[in-house]
Parts: sequence; structure tokens; C-alpha cells
Amino acid sequence: MTDYKTEFGSLDNFNKGGVHVIKDDPKNYAFSNVFEVAKNAAPFERIAVAKNFEYVVEVMRVEGASPWFAAPHDEFALCMDGDIEVHLVKLADGAPEGGGDGAFLLAGDPNGKKMGRIKASRGHMSMLPVGAAYRFISERPAVMMIQTIQGELTLERWSEICQTA
Amino acid sequence: MAAQQAYSASEADNYSGYRSFEVGKFSFRRDEYFAHIEWPSGQHVMSIDVFLRALQRTVAWNFFYGTLNWDSVFGTLNHYGTVDVFAGRFNPGYQDGGVDYSENFDADPLMAGFKDILDDWTNAGYDPFAAPMETDKPFGRKNGDNRAAINRLRVTAKRMVGVPGDAAPRSDETGHPINRAFLDVDQSEPVIEAEAGFEDEVCGFNLFAYLSRSDVTWNPSVCSVVRDSLYCPTSEEFILPIEHGNDRVEWFIQLSDEISWDVKDRDTGAPRAMVVMRAGDVAAMPADIRHQGFSARRSMLLVWENANSELPGIIARGEAPVIPIEF
Repeated sequence: MTDYKTEFGSLDNFNKGGVHVIKDDPKNYAFSNVFEVAKNAAPFERIAVAKNFEYVVEVMRVEGASPWFAAPHDEFALCMDGDIEVHLVKLADGAPEGGGDGAFLLAGDPNGKKMGRIKASRGHMSMLPVGAAYRFISERPAVMMIQTIQGELTLERWSEICQTA
Repeated sequence: MAAQQAYSASEADNYSGYRSFEVGKFSFRRDEYFAHIEWPSGQHVMSIDVFLRALQRTVAWNFFYGTLNWDSVFGTLNHYGTVDVFAGRFNPGYQDGGVDYSENFDADPLMAGFKDILDDWTNAGYDPFAAPMETDKPFGRKNGDNRAAINRLRVTAKRMVGVPGDAAPRSDETGHPINRAFLDVDQSEPVIEAEAGFEDEVCGFNLFAYLSRSDVTWNPSVCSVVRDSLYCPTSEEFILPIEHGNDRVEWFIQLSDEISWDVKDRDTGAPRAMVVMRAGDVAAMPADIRHQGFSARRSMLLVWENANSELPGIIARGEAPVIPIEF
């Protein structure tokens, strides 16, 4: 039996730190917490918690069955809390082109072969491969963190989610 | 100015057993407790454990992004192809006194010299990658080597760990037992149900289990890639062996436990902030700071980098802000 207890966070239990300024503006650090962001989000919103030029890390509250998404590049989804199923369908027409980067919503169900599914729990990372449509399903509120590129669905709420003073 | 190429090593010292090194106009000598560094206008001394931990990261990270301050005086600045080795360059006292010094080297021969120092000065039983509680002491006279430890390869996945043909997940079989501090971390892998023909595309792995099996500290490895967007998670314990001076914005996402970051001005070292991060916290490190992390117990940190090679120039020319977001 170990003496150590690893402290992970969850929607119901997180202990946010913060920026203690000596001589700076706390906004420079864009400090937030993924569980707090998800707690205050509507299901399946894609809220940026980190941004570096065109690249973003999005947080999504997964609750129920999401609509179908796709992107013209790989994305990677890390389950931060809960149990989430990732369903994948190979798009019959291939990866979309010309619509810009980032995820977009499909109108209805995807047209293509079923690729399979991944049952992910906390700490599990799933590949959302280019050329595939995907959706997330969770019976109870869960949190997904997605490595992607900023797109039409990316929401920026920095002044709401970040420490400002 | 042409980059400097040469380094040379002495014979082993009769008493300590260590070799001394000349790298350009810098000289490096160790004794039982300290590393001694000299340059044309000054000299410096560092505790050998601090020196070796910093040297190990500099080698393993291939000079990384931006500035690696081994302490408040000595370090390297990466120009990606060439590297400046400096003393006092980012220390106002040394600058005011006129004893700061900087010399530019081609990266490859400099790396060869640094690897030779690391190899000669690391004794059997001492692992500069390890947390202090997990390794022997580095002090004393020359006593063997630890090449297996210092020559570990940094994982660099091309797409994602666990994708067929890419970097493999860690396991007992790969020589990565669960770290003593992470014995309670769930080791189950995601359930993968791939239809026939899609086995190479329906992929996942347990990142937290992967990190629980890391045998090194403060050594980010690339685990997933979206073009220039690199997820570089790492396990941390004790103190980041260098103060990292950014040449671009990088982001930290705390996956478990807690790290406190001491943030200073990149060029002067003037204190700017202390950033305390706990599980789920996200924070940017601006492009004009240096930072050093303190992890009281082993923790999991996701370092997120933008590897676009044009960024340092864009930011240095003022064509992009040093902060990630204006709001």
C-alpha cells in the first residue's frame, strides 16, 4: 500500500490555484481551470482554455450524446473526468477541404463506414483521426480536453474563465 | 561571427579522476563538490548536482526552446543550428561589471562536448534525471559512469503514443515500472473496439498510466502531434533544474497534484509572479519570462508547445505579442 495519494481533479472536486503577482498583470498568464470551465459550460461547447497562434486546447463538457464532428486534421481527446465513449465513422467523401481548420458540425449522421469506438475513462487519450467523423457519449457529466486547431466552433471566453486580478 | 567548433578534454586529474574541458573560450573543471567555469572575463562555481541536472536536460532537450539558465549566471541560448553559451548575459550585475561573456557555437559539436562532460562527470549510481530521493549522491572522486541513465532517448511520437508504428506505451516489459509515488494510478487501458480494417486508426492509450511509469523528471516527451502543436507531458518532482527563458509562449496544464512556478523577467531575472497550479489548472508562460517549477511531490504536467520555427523571430521583431491572448 502506498503512502502517496495522487491528486487528480474532477467536475465535483477541484482545488484551483492562481497567479500571485509580484510585478505583473495576471491576465498575461490566462490562468483557468478545465473543471471549472466545464462546470459552467453547456454540453458540447468547445471552449478554448489555451491558445498559441492557430492552435488551441478546447474543453468540452460531455453530457448525453454529442452531435457529430469532423476536422480536416487529426485531433486528440483526453478524458479528464468521467467515462466517455468515442464513436468513429470513416467519412465516405474523405477529409473535408477548403473549409478552414478546426472542428465543424456535421448535418445529421455521417455517411460512411463505422470504424469503431473507444471507451475512455480519466486519463485516457483517444485519437480523432483526419477523415473520420466522431461523437462523444456519456450518461453522466464528463470532461474532455481536445488538442486541435481553432475553428468555427471554438469559443473564446477568456475574460469569463481567466483570472483577471 | 563564425560559430566556434572545437572542444578539448584533458587527461584525468591525478586526485579527482575527472577530466577538464575547454569549449571555445570557456573552461570546465569539477572537483568533489563543485563545477568550476571560467571564461576570459570571469569565473563561476556551481554545486555539481545543480550543474549535472542542468547539463542533463540541456543534452536531452537538444538545447530546447529559448534560454536554459543553469543558474543566475551560466546557460545556453538556442538559435536552432547554433547555440550561445553565456555567463552573466542575463544578469544585470555581471553586465554592469563588464564581466558577462557569450560565445556562439555550432549546435552539433557543442552537443558533443557537453555529452562528453556529462559522461565523464556522472558517477556510477548517480542519475541526473532522477528525483534526489531516487538516486545516489553525485559527489566525491571519479567512480565509474552511468551511461544507461544519461543516454536515455526522449520519446517523440510522430502522431500519438500507442498508434501502430509510433511510440509505444510504457509497461513493465519496456522497463518502466510504476513510480513509487504513482502506485495508486489506474493502469487500465481504454477499451478499443475497432472494426476490421480500422485497427490502425481507432487508437487510444492511458496517458496518466504512461506518466506514472516515467523514470525521469522534468523531461517532456512528445505524446501527440497536430502539425506544430505538440503535447509534451512529463512527470515532475523537486525543482526544474534550469530556469527556462521563453522565446515563445508555452502553456502548462497541470494533470495531477501541484507545482509552484517562480516567474521572473527573462532578461533581468527581476521577480514577476508566483503561479501555483493544481490539478486541472491551465496557465500560459509569456514569451518574455523565465520560469522555474517546484514540485513538492511527484506530479503530472502537460507542457504544450508550438514548434513553429518562425515564432522566435516573429516575436523578437515585435510582429506578435509576448502574451498569448489579449482580453
